[in-house]
Amino acid sequence: MEKFTKLTGVAAPMPLVNIDTDMIIPKQFLKTIKRSGLGANLFDEMRFTLDGQEIPDFVLNQPAYRRAEIIVAGDNFGCGSSREHAPWALLDFGIRAVIATSFADIFYNNCFKNGILPIVLPEDVVAIMMEDAQRGENARITVDLTDQTVTTSDGQSFPFEVDAFKKHCMMNGLDDIGLTMEKAANIDTYEAKAATARPWV
Amino acid sequence: MTARTLYDKIWDDHVVHQADDGTCLLYIDRHLVHEVTSPQAFEGLRMTGRKVRAPEKTIAVPDHNVPTTLDRANAATMTEDSRIQVEALDKNARDFGLHYYPVSDVRQGIVHIVGPEQGWTLPGMTVVCGDSHTATHGAFGSLAHGIGTSEVEHVLATQTLIQRKAKNFKVEITGSLRPGVTAKDITMSVIGQTGTAGGTGYVIEYCGQAIRELSMEGRMTVCNMAIEGGARAGLIAPDEKTFAYCMGRPHAPKGAAWEAALTYWKTLFTDEGAHFDKVITIKGEDIAPVVTWGTSPEDVLPIDGVVPSPSDFKGGKVEAAQRSLDYMGLTPGMKLTDIKIDTVFIGSCTNGRIEDLRAAAAILKGQKIKAGMRAMVVPGSGLVRAQAEEEGLAQIFLDAGFEWRLAGCSMCLAMNPDQLAPGERCAATSNRNFEGRQGRGGRTHLLSPAMAAAAAITGHLTDIREFAPEHV
Ligand code: SF4
Repeated sequence: MEKFTKLTGVAAPMPLVNIDTDMIIPKQFLKTIKRSGLGANLFDEMRFTLDGQEIPDFVLNQPAYRRAEIIVAGDNFGCGSSREHAPWALLDFGIRAVIATSFADIFYNNCFKNGILPIVLPEDVVAIMMEDAQRGENARITVDLTDQTVTTSDGQSFPFEVDAFKKHCMMNGLDDIGLTMEKAANIDTYEAKAATARPWV
Repeated sequence: MTARTLYDKIWDDHVVHQADDGTCLLYIDRHLVHEVTSPQAFEGLRMTGRKVRAPEKTIAVPDHNVPTTLDRANAATMTEDSRIQVEALDKNARDFGLHYYPVSDVRQGIVHIVGPEQGWTLPGMTVVCGDSHTATHGAFGSLAHGIGTSEVEHVLATQTLIQRKAKNFKVEITGSLRPGVTAKDITMSVIGQTGTAGGTGYVIEYCGQAIRELSMEGRMTVCNMAIEGGARAGLIAPDEKTFAYCMGRPHAPKGAAWEAALTYWKTLFTDEGAHFDKVITIKGEDIAPVVTWGTSPEDVLPIDGVVPSPSDFKGGKVEAAQRSLDYMGLTPGMKLTDIKIDTVFIGSCTNGRIEDLRAAAAILKGQKIKAGMRAMVVPGSGLVRAQAEEEGLAQIFLDAGFEWRLAGCSMCLAMNPDQLAPGERCAATSNRNFEGRQGRGGRTHLLSPAMAAAAAITGHLTDIREFAPEHV
C-alpha cells in the first residue's frame, strides 16, 4: 500500500448524498480478473452513455476535473454493496482522498486497506470544501494526514479525526506486504550474505 | 553441530528473520509465475506502486489456458477470459522485466517442466509458484512448494515468504523396482499407502536405493505428486545424476561458479542420525504398476486388482468410496483390466517429459490405437516436443493414431479447450482424478505413460507386464 502523508490536488465536487458502490463501479465490471483497470469504469453509468459516449455534464468528464485526486461528496458516501472494487476503481482513477459528512462503514474500512483516505467533516466544513472544489482546477485542496487537517485553496484549515492505528498504517503504507517490507534491511543483509555464499543463485 | 535433515539445511540457509513466535521470513531463490494465479498479484503491485524486488529471479510462462492445438497462434482458439489472462501475463512479464517465455517461444511449456529444463531450478534453492505442483522441483534437492495469489504478490514484492517450519517425513523406497514399474507407480503407491492427508504438515524426503536409481525425470515425477499426498513439499537429495542434469543448462552456473555450486550442493544431504518425525519404508520390489479406480489420488490399486467395494473401507471412506464408484461408473469386484477407456491423455507436469514420451512411444511403435479411441500426446514444453520430433517419437505417435500437440497443461485440467465430455473415461498420465478435473462428469484413471499407451492400443486398462513384456 502506498504511503499517505500529505496530498495537494484538484477536488471534484459531487454534491450528492448516498453515492453507493453500484454507482462507483457497476456490477458488470466485477467479472474482471484484475483489481486495477477499474478506473476506466469508475462511475460508469453516470459517466458514459449506453454506447460509451462521455456524458459532458458529469464532473469527472469536465476538463478541470479529469485529473482529480480528491472527491468532496454528500452524506453516506460508499453505501450499498461491500465490493472492494469500489475503492479499487477510485484508486485506479487516481482518487486518494474522499471528503464527506459520513461514509458507509464497510466502504470506509475498505478505503484504508487500499490507501484511500476517507475524511469525515461536519456539514458546514464540507460545504466550504464543496464550494472551494467548485472553483475548478486552480483551487487545490490540501489533505495533511500528519497534522490531521484539510486546507482550502485560500488557506482555511480544518481538523479531522482518524483512528490512531489506521493513521499509523496509512502513513507508513502498511499492509501484509508492507509489514514484511519493514524488514527490508534484513532482506538486504540476507541478500548480501547469500550473494557471497551462493553467488550462482 | 546437531545432525540435520536435507530440509533443515535448506531451511536454515534461507531464514531472513525469525520472530519470537517462530514465524520466519524465508528467502525465495526462484519464483515461477503462470497466467492463472498471478494477475491480481501484479495488479496489487501496480496499485501500491511496488516493484518486483528480484525480476531476475522471477520466471513467467503461460501454460494452463493455452490451447495445445496446432492452430493456437490464432487467438480465436482461446475463450475470451483465457485470452485476457494470457495477455495479462504477457504484459506483466514485460512491464516488470521478468524472464518470460511467451506462447510463441519454443521454450514455452508447463511451468514445472520449463523451470528445470532451463536450469532455473538448482539444488539447495527455495522455489515457489502459485501452483501446487511446484513440488516437482524438489527432485533437485530444492525446497519447492505452491503458494496462493496473495503470497505471489508478497514474493514478487519482497522475494520472501512468511512461513513456519514443517515437520520432517522420510519415505524410503528400498531395493530396486521390478520390470514395468515406474516412478509414477512409486509416487502413486506411496499416496495409496499414506493417504492424501498423510503428508499434511510435513516435507517429505524420498530416499532409498529405488529413488537413487531413478533418472532426474523420474524423480520429478515422484516429487510432483508429493502434494497429492498432502505434503508441503517433496525432496530428493542431489547426487551425480542431479549435477549431470543441471550442467550446461542455460541458467545453470558455469566455470568457477559451477565448481563453487558443486561444492555446496554436495553438502545437501540428510546427516546420519538426523531426526524424522515420521518414517515409512516401502520395498521397491513390492511396488506393482498401479492405476486409480476412484476420484482421489489415494484410490490406488495394482493393475491386476479388482474394483473395491465400499465395505472394504472404514469410517468416512465408506461413503466416499460409494460416491467415487457412482461417479466413475464402476461395479465392485470387476477386474481393473476390464475397464474400457474412451480417451488417452499423455502429458502434464507429472509425465510430459522426454523420457515419458519415449516410454509411451516404445509401446506404440508399429501399433495402432483402438478404433474410436481419442488419444493425444501433449509434450510438456516446446523443447520436449522438438526433441521428440528429432528422435522420431512424434511420427510413432502419429502413425499409431495419436494427436501430436503443442506444449501446455491441456487435458490435465479443464481450463482450456481440451476437456472430457460427461461420462467420457480417460486414462491419463496426469496427477489428479478429482470429480470434474478433466471436464464436468469426466472419469479419470491415473497411470504411467507406458500403461496409458497400452490402454490406447487395447481400449481398456492394461497390465503392461503382460502386454509388452519385451519393453518392461
Ligand atoms: S500440468 Fe496439470 S498439474 Fe501440472 S501445472 Fe499444468 S494444470 Fe497443474
